[in-house]
Amino acid sequence: MTEFFLYSTVILAIIIAVPLVRVVQGPTVYDRLMGTNAIAAKTIVLICLIGYIFDRIDMFIDITLAYAILGFIGIMAIAKFVSSKRIDDQ
Amino acid sequence: MEIQNIFSIILIVSGIFFMLVGSIGVIRLPDFYSRTHAVSKSDTLGITLVILGLIIYEGLTMNSVKLTFIVLFIALSNPIGTHALARAAYKRQLKPNLKDDNQQTESDQ
Repeated sequence: MTEFFLYSTVILAIIIAVPLVRVVQGPTVYDRLMGTNAIAAKTIVLICLIGYIFDRIDMFIDITLAYAILGFIGIMAIAKFVSSKRIDDQ
Repeated sequence: MEIQNIFSIILIVSGIFFMLVGSIGVIRLPDFYSRTHAVSKSDTLGITLVILGLIIYEGLTMNSVKLTFIVLFIALSNPIGTHALARAAYKRQLKPNLKDDNQQTESDQ
């Protein structure tokens, strides 16, 4: 079962690298932010699988919860900042 | 192999498939507003399926309760974040790509 977690972690790491294309060549700033959001959401699963590979899930699961909350707060703050109209005035 | 492990393998493989579909949708769809579908819906389903597979593999312990909290939090937070980005783009007057494929080929000819 540990080998299965190892293989699925490798495949998931390849899948996570795919939205970097949208982050690099996105036409607008919203596309880049959305690619970052997709990467941050999938990294949560990656950290859980790494915890099962190392057999230390009791430690990694708290890291996962903190990472999820920080990513959500960051996306909400950046979305509020981008939608405010004061950026054009400066 | 126990039947518990077989169920968790099926759930994790299907979840990784849905995350792969979401990643391909992020780079292949033509418009910002259509790319939000790939991020919000299929990614949320994939993450939920993988962590449900981990819950079944773990059994009934304290860690599976924490994993359940992670599933509930992601099922709330991932669509909310994508909706906030789409709302920001709408408030800044980002135009959606409304061209149909047939119309585009006719105008090209």
